[in-house]
Amino acid sequence: MDQQLLNALAIFLLAILVGFEVISKVPATLHTPLMSGANSIHGIVLVGAMLIAAAADDPLSYVLAFVAVAFGAANVVGGYVVTDRMLQMFRRRETPAKPKAE
Amino acid sequence: MTPEAINTLVFFAWLAGAAAFVLGLHQMNSPATARNGNRLSAAGMAVAVIATLVYLLARPGGVSSIGLVIIGVGIVIGGGAGLYLARTVKMTAMPQLVSLFNAVGGGAAALVAIDDFLRVVGTEEETISTTIFVVLGVVIGCVTFTGSLVASGKLQGLVPGRPISFAGSQLLTIALAIVAIGGTVLLVAGAAGMVALSSAVTILVLAAIIVAALVFGITMVLPIGGADMPVVISLLNSFTGTAAAMAGFVINNPVLIIAGALVGASGAILTKLMADAMNRSIGNILVGGFGTGDSGSSTAGAGGDASVREVSPDDVAIQLAYAQHVIVVPGYGLAVAQAQHAVRELAELLESRGVDVKYAIHPVAGRMPGHMNVLLAEANVPYPQLKEMEEINPEFSRADVALVIGANDVTNPAARSDPGSPIYGMPILDVDQAKSVVVLKRSMGKGYAGIDNPLYADPKTGMLFADAREGLEQLVAAVKQV
Repeated sequence: MDQQLLNALAIFLLAILVGFEVISKVPATLHTPLMSGANSIHGIVLVGAMLIAAAADDPLSYVLAFVAVAFGAANVVGGYVVTDRMLQMFRRRETPAKPKAE
Repeated sequence: MTPEAINTLVFFAWLAGAAAFVLGLHQMNSPATARNGNRLSAAGMAVAVIATLVYLLARPGGVSSIGLVIIGVGIVIGGGAGLYLARTVKMTAMPQLVSLFNAVGGGAAALVAIDDFLRVVGTEEETISTTIFVVLGVVIGCVTFTGSLVASGKLQGLVPGRPISFAGSQLLTIALAIVAIGGTVLLVAGAAGMVALSSAVTILVLAAIIVAALVFGITMVLPIGGADMPVVISLLNSFTGTAAAMAGFVINNPVLIIAGALVGASGAILTKLMADAMNRSIGNILVGGFGTGDSGSSTAGAGGDASVREVSPDDVAIQLAYAQHVIVVPGYGLAVAQAQHAVRELAELLESRGVDVKYAIHPVAGRMPGHMNVLLAEANVPYPQLKEMEEINPEFSRADVALVIGANDVTNPAARSDPGSPIYGMPILDVDQAKSVVVLKRSMGKGYAGIDNPLYADPKTGMLFADAREGLEQLVAAVKQV
């Protein structure tokens, strides 16, 4: 295997471990926004779609790349906006707990 | 600037984007910083996309005008559609929209891998490693695409929520797996030069793999009941991340690998947390388990539930109005009936009479973990009134009335007491500890688990049969009369 692939595999492994650590501490209340937020992050495939769109040189490639770009952009924009809408509703949550009644 | 310098800057920008994803996700740990975290992540995405554009324009040879048009028009159309849907969707319909965005993300990852493979096929770039990553990206991306569409359709009601199975479905699954695995082996052998495959044959084999993966996504999700869809969506979310990472390997792009792996890992953890909260294993869910899909439609089992005490809205109104402590237990039925505003109105009315009202939120109340908090927050329920399970359970014994709205399995005492019950061991809300219980639900229909709830036969439980929203509106009117 060439060095570039080995480096990429190392990055892949470390990113997985980072993902486990970053996520495992989130309270249940935030799981839905979190799922939605993570959902927007894999919209990064838009970058990949842009790169293949630039490399496209025949009609089939044009179509595939166009659909890929449009899908990726919908994932990115829609994902972040809907996540923000969800999180907007937690605004008034500055005080985590008020003294219990009685 | 030299192309070298620009490449370096672009690479740094991609790294900055990846760092923003990690930090943004980290900030989503806490409600106070979650919104900033999402925005940081979005900013990272913007930086990564703009850097990519700069890279394409500044590189020697630039980008063809048709390539620019594809990118520009694709972003405007896709982004515009995403923006429109995200801004107009009702909060109750949000899970299926997330699933839809997940589907297109998986589709995009598969397309990137397919397109890149079409470019390298027959050239010396068609290496073993490229072929493996292409096939992984294509298979995972295609399964996610159709699987997420079916999941979204089930939540939206376009596809029946009940588990759908047909004769020979297992045979079909095995056949699909054979096509996918056999095709992969063939392609890898071709790339290794062990068998001579013409470009046309190679592409045909890839097409067979694509079709098998698309069909597999459908047959994987169809037999799973609507109740388990959140877990399935979370799992598919994790798949899409992995598919994006595979696409990153294919086109050698670090930011795709990092972001994809992050989501793959986070989705896996989240899936396990959700499954744990429902006391189910992921394997059990994928096999189809006992989930029966939409609740409330079945009136069967009424005969078995020997005696339940039915109460009228007026009875309940008096009970509530003269109580000191009321705990509201909102569930899936409340979300479906979009009764979150009605429940807030009732709670405010009771509070104006000096009643102490709290909400007990089960970790899987609603359609996804945390979904109920979002719905109630949307209806302006003050956050401090929302209590998580561990916090509220000791308080039930002091509550005069526990008002259960459209929740079933999460209140079933059998989970505590009956080792033979399918939900035995699932953490539940101790509703049966309250001095009296009112259950507002449409019928004696069973919950997702399809089992009887002994709570309903408890002498201190009153059943108020109504749609959650209509029932609450009747209660509001009745409390005003008290």
